[in-house]
Amino acid sequence: MSNRVAISVSGLTKQFGDFTAVDAITFDVKQGEIFGFLGANGAGKTTAMRMLCGLSLPTSGKANVAGFDLYKESENIKKNIGYMSQKFSLYDDLTIRENNRFYGGIYGLTDEQIKEKTQFMLKHLHLESQADTLVKALPLGWKQKLSFSVSMIHDPKIVFLDEPTGGVDPITRREFWTMIYEAASRGTTVFVTTHYMDEAEYCDRVSIMVDGRIEALDTPAALTKKFDVKGMEEVFIQLARKAKRSDN
Amino acid sequence: MRTLKILLEKEFRQIFRNPAILRLIFIMPIIQLLVLPLAADYEVRDINIAVVDQDHSSYSRKLTDKISASKYFNLVVYTNSYNEAIREVEKDNADVVLQIPSFFEKNLVKEDGAQLFMALNAINGVKANLGGVYLRSIINDFNGEVRLEWMQLPRFNPQPMIKISSINWFNPLLNYQFFMVPGILVILVTMVGAFLAALNIVKEKEIGTIEQINVTPIRKHQFILGKLIPFWVLGLVILSIGLLLARIFYGIIPEGSFLTVYLFAVVYLLAVLGLGLLISTYTETQQQAMLISFFVMMVFILLGGLYTSIDSMPMWAQIFTKFNPVTYFIEVMRMVVLKGSSLYDIRHHLLIVTGFGIFLNTWAVINYKKRS
Repeated sequence: MSNRVAISVSGLTKQFGDFTAVDAITFDVKQGEIFGFLGANGAGKTTAMRMLCGLSLPTSGKANVAGFDLYKESENIKKNIGYMSQKFSLYDDLTIRENNRFYGGIYGLTDEQIKEKTQFMLKHLHLESQADTLVKALPLGWKQKLSFSVSMIHDPKIVFLDEPTGGVDPITRREFWTMIYEAASRGTTVFVTTHYMDEAEYCDRVSIMVDGRIEALDTPAALTKKFDVKGMEEVFIQLARKAKRSDN
Repeated sequence: MRTLKILLEKEFRQIFRNPAILRLIFIMPIIQLLVLPLAADYEVRDINIAVVDQDHSSYSRKLTDKISASKYFNLVVYTNSYNEAIREVEKDNADVVLQIPSFFEKNLVKEDGAQLFMALNAINGVKANLGGVYLRSIINDFNGEVRLEWMQLPRFNPQPMIKISSINWFNPLLNYQFFMVPGILVILVTMVGAFLAALNIVKEKEIGTIEQINVTPIRKHQFILGKLIPFWVLGLVILSIGLLLARIFYGIIPEGSFLTVYLFAVVYLLAVLGLGLLISTYTETQQQAMLISFFVMMVFILLGGLYTSIDSMPMWAQIFTKFNPVTYFIEVMRMVVLKGSSLYDIRHHLLIVTGFGIFLNTWAVINYKKRS
């Protein structure tokens, strides 16, 4: 982990009519860091993440992602980030190989690079025999690992993962986090949201969002110490209980 | 260029892997072209007539025979009570009532003139109208025969007579199918263009893959071209299948050149694809897109001159048809296929549809946003 900043956010706000989904959040994420972005349902995590990926236009505030301005250089940001959304978003009716070719192709990889990447990915995920299977035939755990690999196909500087392990079994979750560590060790900054507090403990630093605002930001160890509790789970519950709004 | 190739590769793979789309592409033209022209026939035959004969004379019977002998009329009731005839109309058994009053023959012979009364069930306006016209012409014929009978071997015609003979150009046998088939081809091409393109894009929104694409550095125009080109090709494939079927089953071979038909279709498809794209930018789910496309298509088709003649529409509707791309293609198809019009003849149509294409696509592209 270096001291260079991968994401720098200051006063970022998103309003939908009267509703302030994200309320002036400010934080920095260092390069190569695994940054956990926690919060209850409806706290504004996904909205914040969508703004940083250039999918949603902020109402106000400043942000710099991978060295580019969020307002003026969003297309440059897109070349340098990977994004894995909450919804599974590979094409069900294409095979693993075809999905790779498609996403690799639109990131501008050459045929040679795509082939090489695909080979490496299949081997790494032990999916060699499934290369020509339609993605819809794969189990959820595999699909999630595959989505993650596809979002990393162009070696982005930063990867945004929105609840990547939702609904996935514990073994696959463990494997998934191994993949995250590998990515981070190669220098990729990982920005991840999760509801699993054991996963929060794996992060270098975590922030906890409540009602659109960041209420806490530090290393998991520092947070548990500060709140004088045993683990992140209790930190989270203490903070999230203050929330006035929820999405359900 | 490479990005576009990658996009097209993916779209075509998905289309050919989707049995529903393939079925739609091949079965829709067959059903529409083989069934619709046969069913949607405007020629009015089998008009049920009730004759109220209160004269019971040889002339009234002769007139009745003449009517029932015509291929257009079925004599369903022959009575001397007008009320009974009206009851048959109410029960929907009769469409037309012809009343021959008493003293019909006497008046005809003595007073040199007699009156008949005709009542038409106008719920079906076309049938009532044509029924009235047919009946009138039969009565005129009858009138002529009576006259002839009385003036055996006339030395001279007491009245000058103008005889009209007519010839039906471009569709000499007045075959209704010749009129319908080119129009139905247009509907096919339009449906594929507007419906499938809109649904395809909205499907990506629904399953969330569009997010994944929007987060890549892909350019807006690349994505849109990648979506439009496949359906543009499909539209032309459907047109070709349709033209082939029209040739095999109805013997319709365009009088004009295929080049003109295809050139216009190419431009026209751009316009309807733009419409599909526009619909997709305003909707979030396939259901919404489907309902909106359905509504728009319904209006376009009903006011496009396929089933009803534009000339007989009220003024406001006629003005609306000027803003309906379907109208132009239907007109062009009929002109080129039946009349053999050339590119020069359809230049205005081509220009206007090009305008539609530019307008709709520009609107759609402006409204398509990678970032919300």
